[in-house]
Amino acid sequence: MNLWQITSFTVATALAATLLMIPPGLLLAWLLARNRFRGRVLVETLVSLPLVLPPVATGLILLMLLAPRGPIGRVLAATGIDVIFTWRAVVIAMTVMGLPLFVRTLRAGIEQVDRRYEEMAATLGAAPLRVFFSITLPLALPALAAAAVLGFARAVGEFGATIMVAGSIPGVTRTLPVAIYTFAETGRDRDAAVLLVIAAAIAAGALWLANHVSARAGLRT
Amino acid sequence: MIALDFGLEQGGFTLEVHERLEGRVTVLFGPSGAGKTTILEAIAGLRRPVRGRIALNGRDVFNADARVDVSPHGRHVGYVSQDVSLFPHLNVRRNLLYGQRRGGRLDPGTVTAMLEIEPLLDRGIGGLSGGEKQRVALGRALMSAPEILLLDEPLAAVDVELRRRILPYLERVRDEVGVPMIYVTHDREEARRFADRVLLLERGAIVRAGTADEVLRP
Repeated sequence: MNLWQITSFTVATALAATLLMIPPGLLLAWLLARNRFRGRVLVETLVSLPLVLPPVATGLILLMLLAPRGPIGRVLAATGIDVIFTWRAVVIAMTVMGLPLFVRTLRAGIEQVDRRYEEMAATLGAAPLRVFFSITLPLALPALAAAAVLGFARAVGEFGATIMVAGSIPGVTRTLPVAIYTFAETGRDRDAAVLLVIAAAIAAGALWLANHVSARAGLRT
Repeated sequence: MIALDFGLEQGGFTLEVHERLEGRVTVLFGPSGAGKTTILEAIAGLRRPVRGRIALNGRDVFNADARVDVSPHGRHVGYVSQDVSLFPHLNVRRNLLYGQRRGGRLDPGTVTAMLEIEPLLDRGIGGLSGGEKQRVALGRALMSAPEILLLDEPLAAVDVELRRRILPYLERVRDEVGVPMIYVTHDREEARRFADRVLLLERGAIVRAGTADEVLRP
């Protein structure tokens, strides 16, 4: 079996998922860190749900939503987009499972930024959106890097939700964790062990990158 | 002309202000905890009064009855806080240009010359001395072409020697820029030196108002 294909597919889908986490992740982290609004507790709960729910249960919810007869799947099917048991389902499962970690990490980082800087920027005429992108986010850059790395690592390791919505189709939706499970189940211990080493290498690389970015951001302040 | 008529909850007391400020420099004088900074923050839009009205040059920026509450970025108020708060991730030049508003009375060259910060432009914030930071913060506020300049104890954090060196810069701003200022201090010397008018603040209320000599008589 092509271990290289499994690895590159997993890294590519996890990278796509990490990119997809960023827009909603920025918005949610900022909302929760800096705003008081009605429904805040609900948003907080929904965001953290995939973290506390069994991943397989989250996968089942996604399956119900995205299935061709589900509320979202129906709309997608009408536009000719298949999701379930394709690479798209893999990316969606990774995104949903990684988002809570991304939001929590970035939110904590934003809360660390001294509000004084944001207030000064506002008195200098900067509207809230500009304050966020020119002051808050650059000052929370180490947290953003950490959030992206944690989200990516969680995406690479995603198993439960992925197997529910995407299955384990060789060369189509089989990711690294799913492959490890399948190989171990079917007695291909050598392949499983090789993938284990690859998974560890990816995790170590991601952590190194996060530390590197944090250190560089730290030097500038 | 600045019209202040508002109240807000502050720690253990209610702050009440009913004043019309005219002239170049109004000094808010009083012990710490009297509510001086709170008044500046209310004018800048960083704190919301519970009632009343704040008008800058005839424009309501806060009016509880009419539900007007202009956000800080729309008030055109220059605020130099006690803690300076220069943006640590931007160099001096980018700090200065952050709030630059075109059509102001001052161009960048005039500001940097007046405050003698040209040599600092490409430096990072971390390497500046306390006095240099104060001048950059002042310059940054001026570049946004404010209609009013709020100075919150700009000299409180610097030693006597430095104070002596920064005072002339503040006087130049007062004399050459012509922006009305509210200057918060608990230092009699500064108050005497700067004020056209002094408001004496105690526990959230203005207890005396007048010229420096009238108000600060021991």
